[in-house]
Formats: sequence, structure tokens, C-alpha cells
Amino acid sequence: MTVTEAKPIAGSPNGGSTRGIRWRAPKRRSSMTRATSAAAGIFLVPNLVLMGIFTILPLIYAFIISFQKLNSLGGSQYVGGDNYVKLVTDPVFWQSMANTGVFTLFTVPVGMAIGLAIAVLLNGVLPGRNLYRSIIFLPLVVSGVATGVLGAWMFDQNNGFINRFLSSTGLGAPEWQSNGPFALMSIILVTLWQRVGFDMLIYLAGLQGVDPAVQEAATVDGASNWQRFRYVTLPLLGPSTFFLLIMNLIYSFQVFDTVWAMTRGGPGYSTTTVVSYAYRLSFDEHGPQALGYGAAVGVAIYLITLAFTAVQWRFSRSRDQTDA
Amino acid sequence: MTLANTFDTAATPDEQVTQPPIPRRRRNFTALKITVAIIISLVMFFPLYWMIVTAFSTRADMYAPGLHLFPRTFTFENFTAPFIKFPVGQWFSNSLVIAVLTTAITVVCNLLAGYAFAKLRFRGRNPLFLILLSTMMIPAQAIIVPQFKLSIALGLYGNIWSVILPESAVIFGVFLARQFFIAIPDELVEAARVDGAGHFRTFLSVVLPLCKPLIAVLVLLTFMGEWNAFGWPLVALSGDQNLFTLPIGLVSNLQGQYTSNYGAIMAMNLLMILPVVILFIAFQKYFVEGLSRSGIK
Repeated sequence: MTVTEAKPIAGSPNGGSTRGIRWRAPKRRSSMTRATSAAAGIFLVPNLVLMGIFTILPLIYAFIISFQKLNSLGGSQYVGGDNYVKLVTDPVFWQSMANTGVFTLFTVPVGMAIGLAIAVLLNGVLPGRNLYRSIIFLPLVVSGVATGVLGAWMFDQNNGFINRFLSSTGLGAPEWQSNGPFALMSIILVTLWQRVGFDMLIYLAGLQGVDPAVQEAATVDGASNWQRFRYVTLPLLGPSTFFLLIMNLIYSFQVFDTVWAMTRGGPGYSTTTVVSYAYRLSFDEHGPQALGYGAAVGVAIYLITLAFTAVQWRFSRSRDQTDA
Repeated sequence: MTLANTFDTAATPDEQVTQPPIPRRRRNFTALKITVAIIISLVMFFPLYWMIVTAFSTRADMYAPGLHLFPRTFTFENFTAPFIKFPVGQWFSNSLVIAVLTTAITVVCNLLAGYAFAKLRFRGRNPLFLILLSTMMIPAQAIIVPQFKLSIALGLYGNIWSVILPESAVIFGVFLARQFFIAIPDELVEAARVDGAGHFRTFLSVVLPLCKPLIAVLVLLTFMGEWNAFGWPLVALSGDQNLFTLPIGLVSNLQGQYTSNYGAIMAMNLLMILPVVILFIAFQKYFVEGLSRSGIK
């Protein structure tokens, strides 16, 4: 894989990428290059048509609908910024933002820390380590829906395993379903179970890129195991950490499948995340007149994701520059 | 191929250290590490084990008080009953048809576009790629309302194509394919061109045969993603339970109407998970590679 070719895309949109073209384009436009352009067109058409119709067009359309009020007959009416005014004054929207925030705060750093710890543990020589790796990785193959369905049963407050286990040890049985904060906690735990394998995988890949000689040098210099990890390994894992942080932030921010399969956003709105709220609004309980408002929530989700991405670009750019 | 081969590409420093006789402190430490690893593995595997136990348990056993880690009686009823009460067979085949068709369309589109972006020089190549790449950041749920209206307008709503076509519009695979094609030497492509092969011919009979690992990764990731897809199919197929895929049927019908029958729900959950777990075990090398490669920028 050629990393240099991919760099301009991850980095700056204006500088690096166009330079590649100018440097490559031949001075004279022969019939050969024209044939190549035509061929490129044919190769690209299927993907471009699908992307255009089902991704880019809906994105534009989302902005339009977010300024409309739709009625049950399929008609629409321009209402200006009403949907956005409603958005910022809607307590349920802010509650769903807060839920998403709590969910993200608990799933991202905790999941990454556990994933890193497991990766370090399973990076060294250990009998049967591949079996452990496969087992820890396995939940990742299980879909968000299946995880949620399984989680709902594990955390069933009357007959689920968790409460049977907790009461048998005398710790009491939390109301995982009827108590809001506990319900949110149960979704967080289930998500950690599913996602920790991904964190482990990326950290393992990162650890294999760490030069053993650097570690040995640190040991020779008298660094303890902890110091070696803290001041040598961890900084070298920076790119993995950064990648995981962004991926996990986006995953957590957009969580839906697990939530829906596990609690439907309830009790009340206590486990409703922003994406679940957009779904509830548009397709679950409000009927078509809420579609315009649902689209506005969707646009908000898009803009927030965009902000994450912008931050990522900034950071990865400054990181590339310090590397060079 | 096992996960071992995938993960063990680089020898770790410990491997060189532990060859000579092991000092006792280190041996104790290794025992501790093994213990921790086993405990973590047990905790991670337990929910899946519990799902299997529940799926084969009778209802009476499931709700009997107390904690029993092993099934006491064995029944297949949880697997048969839902098939009678719900069109589970239909859901299964819908899932399969949708996943297979989506995978076929997606992989073909990805390969073609990835090749164009990697090997064909045309004006505006990099800006176009950049624009497409930026759509990766569009959350599916942000455009779910317009997609819903659009699928009605296009007359797709109410049949499986309303899922297949939008789900095939992805850029991740194009990115993966492009990365792979870039590594193929230009000389190879040019040699075929000089020999008189057209672009399509070159792609088909010179480049593609070299891309079996790429195709495997693409097929695997797309199929698994589609088999597990939930958000958009939930909206697009909600009108008719005969169109449901397994995840939709499981959550919309089974979970809703079978609230207390967790045996049946776990049995169907198990059936839903099984194909991807089998695929994962058979092809974990490709799966792991595809995922770790997504992390390499």
C-alpha cells in the first residue's frame, strides 16, 4: 500500500491533491489520454450514479425538508427556521444530547483504555493468546441489533443473568429497565462488551509497529516496565489512539441499533440518544407531520459529525507536519 | 488460515527473551497474565454462552428461581415455534437475497471506481475522490427522512430494492480498492495497454486476477455489514412484514409480541448471528486485515 498517494486526501484538500495532478498530467492532450478519460467515465458511472442519487441528493434534500412542514397527504409547506427554533427549545432534544454525551463519555475513553490494556497483555508471548484474541474479538462480529437483543435478556431485571447473579451474591438487583440511569448504564456496558475487541485489534496492530529496539534501549537506560510503557510505547501508539478516538466518537455519537433493540429509548426518554430521537420523531410515534422536524434533527447530527471531522483534519494535518 | 497468522507477523521482543530458562519471577508473572487473560475471555464469552443456554432451555427452567449455569433440560422448541408463528423463513431468505445482491452491486462498483481513481489519469481525479471521500462522514441517520421520501418518489418503497440500492452507495470500499490498486505497478498496466488491450480488458484479465485478497475483504465486509444492517431497512421495509429482514423481524415483531419468551428470541438471535460467526471463523484473516487496514491512513 502506498501511503504517500493517500496522504493528500487525509491532509489538505487544496495543496497536496491538486499538485499530484499537475505533476502527472502530460503537456499534450493526445487521443490516448482522451480515451483514458472516457474509460474512467465508464468505470466511475455506476458508483457515481448510486452515490449521487442515494447519498448526495438526499443530503441536499435533507436541508430543504428541514425548512418545511410536511402533512399526511404528502404536501409540504415552507416554514422558515421554525424547525430549528423548535430544536433549540425542545427539552427532549437536549435530553437526548445529554444522554448521547454521557454514553460517549463512558464508552469511548473506558473502551479504549480496556482495549489498550488487553492489547498490551496479549501482545507478549502467552500460551493460547490467539484464542483469547479471537474470543475478545468475537462480539464485534455480532451486530448491534443482536447485541441489543442479547443485552436486553442479560439485563432483564427480573430473570436476567446479571440480576440473578447480583442477588445471589447479596449485592441487590438494580432496576435496569425501569430506572433511567441504570438503563443507560446497561446500554453502555453492552456497548463496551461489543466494541472493546475493535480497540484491542487496532492497538495490537499499533503495538506491532513499535520497534523492539526502542523498548530495549529504554530498558538498558534503566526504565521500569511502567516507565517504558508510559514514556515509550504510549507516545508511539499516538496514531492508533487518534484513529480510535475519532472512530469511537463517531460510533458513539451515532449509536442507534443497540439502543433500539435494547430499550427503544425508554423508559421515557432516558436512553434516547440523538439518532434514536430522530428516528422516534420521524417514524415511530409522531407521524408524517414530524418529518420536517426529524430532518432538522438529522441535519444537526450531520453538522455535529462534520465538526468532529474538521477537528480530526486539523489534528492529523498538524501531526503530519510535525512528523515531516 | 487462523488469527495466529494475521497477528503474528512481527515477533515480539518477549519471544527472544523467553527462549532461555525462565527466571521464577517471570514465570509467576506469566501465570498471572494467563489467569487475567482467561478471566477476561470468560467474561467476554459468557453472554454468548448464556444466549445458547437460553435458546435450548425450556420456559419453566428459564424462569425458575436461582442461578443455574448449565441447561437442565434440552429442547428445540425455541427454534421451531417462531417459524410457525412468524414468517421467519421468509425473513431469512430476504436477508440473504438483500445481502447477496447488495454485496454484488457494491463490490463491482467499488472495484471499478477504485481502479479508475488509482490507475486511470483524468482531469479532476483527486478533487472528485476527495468529494466522494467526504461523504463517508454523512451519518446514515442524518439523511434517513429524505431517503425515505426519495424511495417513495422513485417507486422503490415497498420492495427490497429500496434497501439494496441506497445500501450500495458507499465509498469505503472504493477507498479500500484504490489503496490496493495503487500498490500494483503501473508498468504492468502499461504493458498490457501496449500489447493492445483496452482499459476494460486490462482491468479484467490483468489486474483483477491479482486482487483476490482485495475482493475477499470487500465481499466479506460488505456481506457482513449488510446481513447486520438495521437503521435504513427498518424504515424502508416497515410497511410489510413479509419484506422484513431477520434483524427487523426480530426487533419489530418477535421482541414486541414475544416479550416473555426469551428462549425463542435467543434462538432466533443465535440463528441470525451464526452465519456471520461462521464466516468470521472461516475467513478471520481477511476480516481482521480489512478492519486493521481501515485504521492505516
